[in-house]
Amino acid sequence: MDLFEYQGKSLYQKFNINHPKSKLIENLNDLNEPINLDFPIVVKAQVQVGGRGKAGGIKVAKDITQLTQYSEEILGMDIKGHKVEILLLEEASNILEEYYISFTLDRSEKKYLIMLSAKGGMDIEQVAEENPDDLVKFHVSPSEKLTSSTITELINKANLNKDHKESLSEIIENLYLMFTEGDCDLVEVNPLAITDNGVMALDSKVSLDINAKYKHPYFDDFEQEIPIPESEKNAKEKGLNFIKLDGSVGIIGNGAGLVMSTLDVVAENGGRAANFLDIGGGAKAETVSSALEVLEADQNVKSVLINIFGGITRCDLVAEGIIEATKGKELVWPIIIRLDGTNSLEGLEILKANPNEKIFIEESMDSAAKLAVQKGL
Amino acid sequence: MSILIDENTKVVVQGLTGREGQFHALRNRDYGTKIVAGTRPGKGGENVEGIPIFDDVEKAVSETDANVALTFVPPAFAKDAVLEAAFGGCELIVCITEGIPAKDEAEMYDILKKETKASLLGPNCPGLISPGKANVGIMPHEITLPGNIGVVSRSGTLTYQAVHELTNLNIGQSTCIGIGGDPVPGMSFIDVIEKFQADSETEGIVMIGEIGGTAEEEAADFIKQNVTKPVVSYIAGVTAPPGKKNGPRRSNCFR
Repeated sequence: MDLFEYQGKSLYQKFNINHPKSKLIENLNDLNEPINLDFPIVVKAQVQVGGRGKAGGIKVAKDITQLTQYSEEILGMDIKGHKVEILLLEEASNILEEYYISFTLDRSEKKYLIMLSAKGGMDIEQVAEENPDDLVKFHVSPSEKLTSSTITELINKANLNKDHKESLSEIIENLYLMFTEGDCDLVEVNPLAITDNGVMALDSKVSLDINAKYKHPYFDDFEQEIPIPESEKNAKEKGLNFIKLDGSVGIIGNGAGLVMSTLDVVAENGGRAANFLDIGGGAKAETVSSALEVLEADQNVKSVLINIFGGITRCDLVAEGIIEATKGKELVWPIIIRLDGTNSLEGLEILKANPNEKIFIEESMDSAAKLAVQKGL
Repeated sequence: MSILIDENTKVVVQGLTGREGQFHALRNRDYGTKIVAGTRPGKGGENVEGIPIFDDVEKAVSETDANVALTFVPPAFAKDAVLEAAFGGCELIVCITEGIPAKDEAEMYDILKKETKASLLGPNCPGLISPGKANVGIMPHEITLPGNIGVVSRSGTLTYQAVHELTNLNIGQSTCIGIGGDPVPGMSFIDVIEKFQADSETEGIVMIGEIGGTAEEEAADFIKQNVTKPVVSYIAGVTAPPGKKNGPRRSNCFR
């Protein structure tokens, strides 16, 4: 789950990571109350897309007149298709040096990866490409602690200002704690700056591991603040893994791999998928009827292909869901079904016992895709 | 021969008393797999359909000589369960559990590697089957056929699809393995392919990947340098639109 900058910074607060004093506003009336910040103030658009600075989404206000003017300009602005609904007002920092630091999981090495550079404040991918030696990379074993001697070594290797060694160490240690204890997939600070007020994390790019939600109740609060595209809202509420695409064959399958493969086979047969919808492992009758409901909302869908290969998912339960969702209903599109695997015979029997002229059963994934494409023309 | 499991494999099931655990463990047993024990803290001495339950894996191993653990416990307890199985003496742990936090997986893998000799398959995987010999996990055995092709896949259902197609062509399998698609999987494509290469019964290998990540590329390099048997590979999602992300699980799909 990718966070807004202000959400990432609320985690800084939690993990004692020094960052500028700030305030959030959602409309101009909020400026009528005392803001309790010292000028100059940076007005920052809160959008989940890069390049907001260039698009005019970040401005520095010297006084209240400018603050009001810039806030008015930026609120409601469209930045690459993202509407600005929230502004972060921050006390501007006098920056002396800008660094870069990030923490991720390196899947190939199966270890945590820290990247650190004295060349912050700019595009780090460019630094990595043009001057790879300026980007220090260091792996940490997940079962071991990040020691202070390792941090010192990193600071030296990256040529950071040694006069600030202690506060740099402290902030790096706390960022690492936020990454590990806070179950983040990514913590990126660019810039990590030395300012007149000491070492500070000026920006935040944080992504949370949604699987760790049960450990951290605040994940829920963050999630509720992140807008979901209208087309995916319904599916999300029903707990389905759904992505809207632009074709006409609605797809329901179990398992991301099989669904992706179904997309491939539909394409091979000359069709285009209207969506990606994975009902996951162990789906029950209710999940299947929810999935069909979600597709009903999409005007582009002309036919629906249900491709199930039962493992932990039981085909009889899937068939029950299909019957439950379609019984006594005038179907808007034909449904082509392919069931295989665990309890598939039972599933097919349930379907055959409840015939519907718009429901077609096919034996293979390929023939099912072919028919779905044909029916969807 | 087959790899990792065969007719002599003895399985202890962690989470046998749960709904999914019981359903699949009994299916595995019906197939002929030796399901010798289950574990559930505090339930030692009871049994599920004749399978004795022990309080922990160590006890189960010492009483039944189980050598493989099959894990169905919920995400919050999975890390401890896998480590318990490894320290309890199992040489292979098959972890079906989906939804384990990445940090738990990374720590678990690191400890297993440093402190034990156990191999881990998964998490978030369908398990493995050596047709005609043993099924450890949730794969539907009906679609398999004993034979000489090794199948390895990152996806669950897509593994079944591939195995099903092989069987329809009358091409049997030595062992079929789903390594799972989580951030830190235990065994990798390379680990499995290395074993297939060394297995005298396996004559060819089918590898099924998904778009995103670099696991398939790393496997391809390994195959080029180390594998003499023929390898056929498919990567799912070639027609998937690029750059779709922003949701929690979405990034998992379009890796």
